[in-house]
Amino acid sequence: MTALLTLPAAGEFEMADINYVAIAPMIVVFAAAVLGVLVEAFAPRRLRYPIQVGLAVLALVIAFAALVLPDADSVTGTTVAGTLAVDGPSRFLSGVLLALGLVGLLVMAERFGGEGPDAFTPMGAATPGSAIESAAARAGLATTEVFPLALFSLGGMMMFTSANDLLSMFVALEVLSLPLYILTGLARRRRLLSQEAALKYFLLGAFSSAFFLFGAGLIYGYAGSIRIPAIGEAAAASSGDLEPLLLPGVAMLLVGLLFKVGAVPFHSWTPDVYQGAPSPVTGFMAACTKIAAFGALLRLVYVGLESTRWEWRPGVVVIAALTMIVGAVLSVTQTDIKRLLAYSSVAHAGFILVGLLAFDITAVGGVMFYLVAYGASTIAAFALVNMVRENGAEATHLSQWAGLGRRHPWVAAAMTLLLLAFAGIPLTSGFTAKVAAFMPAVAHGGLSGVLLVVIGVLASAVTAFVYVKVIVLMYFTAPSGDVGLAQPALLSVVAIAVGVVLTVLLGVVPGPLLDLAAQSSTFVR
Amino acid sequence: MSDFPWLTLLIVVPLVGSLVTAFLPGGLAKRVALGVSLLTLAIGVAAATQFQTGSGEQFQLAEQHSWIPSLGVSYALGVDGISLALILMALVLAPICLLAAWHDLDRRQTASLAASAEDETVSTRSESTYFALLLSLLPFMVGVFAATDVFLFYVFFEAMLIPVYFLIGLYGGERRQYAAVKFLLYSLAGGLIMLVAVIGLYIAGPGGSDGFLVERLTGLEIGGSTEKWLFLGFFIAFAIKAPMWPVHTWLPDAAAESRPAVATLLVGVLDKVGTYGMIRFCLQLFPEASQWATPVVIALALVSILYGAVLAIGQVDMMRLIAFTSISHFGFIVLGIFAFTSTAHAGSNLYMINHGFSTAALFLVAGMLVARRGSTRIDAYGGWQRVTPVLAGVFLVAGLSALALPGLSSFVSEFLVITGTFQRYPWAGAIAALGLVLAALYVLLLYKRVMTGPTPEIVEGEPTLLRGDESAQREQDLPYIREDLDEGVRAGRIGLVADLSWREKAVVAPLIASFLILGFYPAPVLDVLNPAVERTLDLVGVSDPDHAVPASSAESADASTNGSDH
Repeated sequence: MTALLTLPAAGEFEMADINYVAIAPMIVVFAAAVLGVLVEAFAPRRLRYPIQVGLAVLALVIAFAALVLPDADSVTGTTVAGTLAVDGPSRFLSGVLLALGLVGLLVMAERFGGEGPDAFTPMGAATPGSAIESAAARAGLATTEVFPLALFSLGGMMMFTSANDLLSMFVALEVLSLPLYILTGLARRRRLLSQEAALKYFLLGAFSSAFFLFGAGLIYGYAGSIRIPAIGEAAAASSGDLEPLLLPGVAMLLVGLLFKVGAVPFHSWTPDVYQGAPSPVTGFMAACTKIAAFGALLRLVYVGLESTRWEWRPGVVVIAALTMIVGAVLSVTQTDIKRLLAYSSVAHAGFILVGLLAFDITAVGGVMFYLVAYGASTIAAFALVNMVRENGAEATHLSQWAGLGRRHPWVAAAMTLLLLAFAGIPLTSGFTAKVAAFMPAVAHGGLSGVLLVVIGVLASAVTAFVYVKVIVLMYFTAPSGDVGLAQPALLSVVAIAVGVVLTVLLGVVPGPLLDLAAQSSTFVR
Repeated sequence: MSDFPWLTLLIVVPLVGSLVTAFLPGGLAKRVALGVSLLTLAIGVAAATQFQTGSGEQFQLAEQHSWIPSLGVSYALGVDGISLALILMALVLAPICLLAAWHDLDRRQTASLAASAEDETVSTRSESTYFALLLSLLPFMVGVFAATDVFLFYVFFEAMLIPVYFLIGLYGGERRQYAAVKFLLYSLAGGLIMLVAVIGLYIAGPGGSDGFLVERLTGLEIGGSTEKWLFLGFFIAFAIKAPMWPVHTWLPDAAAESRPAVATLLVGVLDKVGTYGMIRFCLQLFPEASQWATPVVIALALVSILYGAVLAIGQVDMMRLIAFTSISHFGFIVLGIFAFTSTAHAGSNLYMINHGFSTAALFLVAGMLVARRGSTRIDAYGGWQRVTPVLAGVFLVAGLSALALPGLSSFVSEFLVITGTFQRYPWAGAIAALGLVLAALYVLLLYKRVMTGPTPEIVEGEPTLLRGDESAQREQDLPYIREDLDEGVRAGRIGLVADLSWREKAVVAPLIASFLILGFYPAPVLDVLNPAVERTLDLVGVSDPDHAVPASSAESADASTNGSDH
């Protein structure tokens, strides 16, 4: 359908030319998701968990292979009649999404020795606290549909980073968002909070999608095409007649995307949703959604809106500054670790925006590196949050983390490392990422770039205070209450280990990934 | 042998050592830590023998490998006279501090530093972690002085904060959390501002895959406001680190709340990164801006000298007093650096070394007192020279070194700084000289209050060292009561107090030896420092022309050097 819609711009009819090798990774993920739905329908209940986990892991591994194995030249280019662009950034980010998605799935699959995925309610449809719910729990039901949902979402994210016209971008946005709304509402504990979060996320998400769609319409009116490269060309050749359509259109498109990355003032969903969603989903969402949304944002502004950036860049500069300041300052007052990480993710979105606004090819590499570094640390951090329990429930209040360093030194040490990475201490990935994102901003961002970087480092100092507060709690404060770890946690431990290793590795030897990101930073047009 | 990676070895050995130490049981851990630090010192001495004072290269023992080429970062190490001297100082201080910290955690009497409820956890907390953390400072100290890549320097500069933070926050005194967080935030704020400047510097420089090397960034002639901004970015970070007034407030807290050994390494070595950074980076990379900023920096340095000294006089806590004396001394060092005469510069560089040893002696000897008495308050003491004469003597020598008594090392450096400053800024030299008078006050007053006076009451046969009973009342927390001051307060008991043990003598002996050697015969050190000093001044482009003393300033530098030899 989307191919047909673009026809007026293309001007002549042609068969959609599909490079199946290039989009094979997406096909694999979506196919596995559909298969997962069939498994839910037909497989016996007790087999569903192993089948679903195996299917999802297998699909991600195959998709990754399908992404990496083909020669770059043979797949690079636009495909499906120009609606998808497979190029350096999209392949790099798809690979990252697959890898981190796999780690995220492992955390979701964590059972802690129970029957099904521990973080999810046994029956999503049951009213919280009702008899049906407790009956489902007694019967040992498990919500294994989270795996196909996550796969759908992941496929949407991959498509989001490749979408080369505004409509396929919108489709991808919905495909990635809708499963996330459901996943958010499936928490096993504190279900009302979870459902409230899901509803809030859904309503605001739908609202922002509408903005995006309206913006796409206005831009179509301006450029006569919804293809992103064509928008860029139209803007470059603009005679100025349709200029009034441009700025509102760009603003609305950006609202839609900035909502997804959680930039101020479109961030208000972040703390509630991060807190309400099951922790594994929060980690998945924080890492992967951010990667996908920034991937789409990169393509939109670097390919489509680059030539008009003088008109809208000042507005986004203000948004980036606000995002960093608000994220950092509000994180100071948080008393819940998940809300704290949510505000920190807002601040990080601001740091990434600083790099993005540099409008240089090195900035693309820097932003992509930042996304990897942040994503790896974040998934591990939420996996840790998921493990720390008091009386079976997640101990998310900061006071419950007091003295964790004495009782569980390894968990506290891992969390400390991740927090130091968020703070941007050298020899962790967070530091390299900040340098990689800030350097292009200073070099090519002009005065506003330098100012943003200064605000960025000051905001970093503020957030560092927050992270240090948590470290102080874990190490220097006497333990209170009966906080322990959920055990056995093999899958979580694997995921945390991956995150921790990446955090150190990208801090000590970031060269290879930085080079890869730099080589992958050319967009096809 | 010149290609042998001496400096990397100096980083790797203690790093591996600290990792090993962390996994050993406490008693063995500290022996291993001490052994590793001695081994590192031996390697350092061996490396120093490879150093040639007459070399034409700025950096010797150089190593260079590409680290993050896409960001222009190299793993590049190398030393000139200044950094070599600082590294050797750090290597000497490390085993001394480890030895001084030997019983920090296993003796009950030190526990008064921590709140009583925390005693158990402090003493049961693994000793090996403490020694591993102490040892882990060594690689950072070597790395930060040896880095010849701005980015690498920054990495060491910032990463170093973490072990220090834990050393203060885990093992310090009552307000250790406050002190640790304050330390970290001040340092981070400065460091992150510097990060912007580091990035800006790379962009102003030639770029490329080795664009962060100091040699590629030297002599850029950036000029204009860019250079000034970059200079400020670096300078603020170093001023916080050094620390200078008005960004010094973290130091008294950090020094007072940490263990003496940690305070020694913090003030004696790590803070030198600030003054070292001013020389290596501010002066070398931004010569124009350095001269532009000179009046303000000199004014701040003078304020630091006087402010530190005056506040030191008013302190009631020994550790805080010593911290404030350091602020005063750092004022001298910065003054000498920004006076831009070779005499003052040589003096500042020598001062960095001397101050390291002198502060170490003050902190560690004060720590020995505190270990006996259980209080850092000055008014808890008095008459101690009759109880512990050797300790008192050592304390006096350390104090005299701090007030720059002729014949002890600090005198040489302070004299050089003031003479050198006088050549260019007579008024600044005159004001700085006031600091000497105040130094005599704070040191001698401290000695008088702690060591002289009536003999403290000794209860014969009392088996324990000082620390009162567990059930001691508030008054008994001050077992020594002076009748003239504390009317109506019940006297507590003082058990038998041991004078310095062999271990403590071993801690103090090398420090006092350094006072005497560097005090009477500083020439070898100055020979190592001088080529580097002259190079730095060349780079700034002000090499020693002095309107008041035309054409003979180089000689006057020599003259003052020689003059202080006797």
